[in-house]
Amino acid sequence: MTVPIQCAPDETFVLNLGPQHPATHGVLRVKLTMDGEYIVKAEPVLGYIHRMHEKMAEDGTFAQYMPNTPRMDYLSALSYNQGYVMAVERAAGIEVPERAEYIRTITVELNRISSHLLWFGAFVLDLGGFTPLLYAFDDREQILDLLEHVTGSRLTYCYYRFGGVYNDIDDEFITGTREFIKRLRSRLPSLYHDLVTGNIILIKRLKDIGFIDADMCRRYGATGPVLRGAGVEFDIRRNEPYSVYPELDFDIPCYPEGDSMARYMVRMDEIEQSLRIIEQALDKLPDGPVQAKVPKVLKPAAGDCYTVVEAARGTFGCRLVCDGTKNPYRLKLRSPTYSNLSLFGEVAEGMLLADALAVMGSLDLVIPEIDR
Amino acid sequence: MSIIRETKWALLELFPEQKATEAEAEQAARDKILAEARAAAEAEAQADAEDATETGRTAEGDAAAAQGKKKKTLLDKVAEEMAAIDLVAAKEGRLGSSVSETEQKAETDTEAEAVATGPESDDPPVSLEPEGERPHGVLVRDYAKAGIHIDVFCAPAMVADAARILNEAGFTLEAVTGVDWIKEEQMEVVYDYSRTDGPLCRVAVRTRVPRSEPEVPTISEIYPGANWHERETHEFFGIRFQGHPNLVPLLLPEDADFHPLLKDFQP
Repeated sequence: MTVPIQCAPDETFVLNLGPQHPATHGVLRVKLTMDGEYIVKAEPVLGYIHRMHEKMAEDGTFAQYMPNTPRMDYLSALSYNQGYVMAVERAAGIEVPERAEYIRTITVELNRISSHLLWFGAFVLDLGGFTPLLYAFDDREQILDLLEHVTGSRLTYCYYRFGGVYNDIDDEFITGTREFIKRLRSRLPSLYHDLVTGNIILIKRLKDIGFIDADMCRRYGATGPVLRGAGVEFDIRRNEPYSVYPELDFDIPCYPEGDSMARYMVRMDEIEQSLRIIEQALDKLPDGPVQAKVPKVLKPAAGDCYTVVEAARGTFGCRLVCDGTKNPYRLKLRSPTYSNLSLFGEVAEGMLLADALAVMGSLDLVIPEIDR
Repeated sequence: MSIIRETKWALLELFPEQKATEAEAEQAARDKILAEARAAAEAEAQADAEDATETGRTAEGDAAAAQGKKKKTLLDKVAEEMAAIDLVAAKEGRLGSSVSETEQKAETDTEAEAVATGPESDDPPVSLEPEGERPHGVLVRDYAKAGIHIDVFCAPAMVADAARILNEAGFTLEAVTGVDWIKEEQMEVVYDYSRTDGPLCRVAVRTRVPRSEPEVPTISEIYPGANWHERETHEFFGIRFQGHPNLVPLLLPEDADFHPLLKDFQP
């Protein structure tokens, strides 16, 4: 039997990007139909590290699922921690002490900065700049040390508990965090903005490329910095306030251009805003318990609820269905990058391959979170 | 008009019966206010007329002007009162979230009745147990407990119409997912909508299909973002989305013929 040679009549060819490609930062494969250097069609292929986290939730108790949450989005693990904990707290009607809420806010914002710093380093690396990665990792290292001190782990934190946090923060953490704020503030203008943001090579790679407008975000459900980079001032922390965010003063960075540069700027500004949030939260940190009295085995009443938090990459939602037993009946995890990536096919159409990689980087993909 | 109210009335288009009963209830409330306002205005007018005869100004032009003025004040008043009603309803909604656990339970008991008789447009939100025989319709839910504002339960065929209404209203699709209710031999499909512009409003649209024949129309033409969500729901639950352009596994291997999130799935 002879195999017919499949050659498209219009001389397009198929190019596989990934699953092991340095620019996808994880095992993502994109099936590209190319016309020379231009993309005719881009089709992301997912599932290379799919682990069925949603099924695992149904097998154990509510508490047993806790360590799964950071393993989805390992870069902003605490956001996922918080989203899940808040969903269960809503279902079981648990009140969280104020000090615990402040500690959650401080740690989750530190985590957000570390996530954005890693994205910054990796993104600029994709575009051909190696040095900024080292600066970003240097700063990120400080955060990892701080969070290790208080949570016990460096990456996959499992720090929050239903009705509080695992342990209280101490003076060492507080002084260390204050020092870190000072340090990063002094480094941001020179080592980040002067060296990278104002760099003509970066600007030429990002400006006016990869337009994602507000309507496209709406049709695909894109959130987070992608949405704010399209000029929509939407942040769960402000629009659907939770924890202690209503008591803190911070801005929502928002750029109307909708290109890759806008998304870059949103994240860079968010680092500064997160520093502001941490500083205020440290100033206002009240005394008191860090853990509410919660039964050992939770049995929330039958019913369902939906809880969202602002993770580093956008809206992370938990739809929790309980049936009155000690196990979740169903847990749906709505991951932000899943929706953010789904618009890539439309954006990449007609784009140069090199630009598409830059756009993909500007979406800030974390593959384990997409595949779950 | 609050966004929640507005969305609710837009979605009620799908349920003409519930809309009729609710409209009736609302009309009754409006008539009552109107009647009260009219009575108050008439009393005022009488006082005015007495004043006029006292000062001897009985010219017809004056009378007509006064009449016009009165009508205008009456309308203003009604408008004001309607706004007040909205406010009161909003307050009640807030109070509704703080009522104690036992009261919540009591509410649930009367919930079926409330739906049958048609609750008032902005009545205090009801807490909702997983509904086995919940009638189709639109419910306003307690946001603090459920995390959503509006809960729609409809026939599978109406899912696309609901998506169309919400799309026109500017909603975004957050997620599509399924729930396997194996005891009831049913599968539920839940669509979560929200807004990223303006005031907060979260809508969940649900439908139930028999487990043996799980078919729902696709909404991927209305929301391209639904494409992946529907593929995911299809591979995890085996729910077929009719009209979907590419219903192949997304996260599972491409030759996967099993549905892991079914409750009777054996690995």
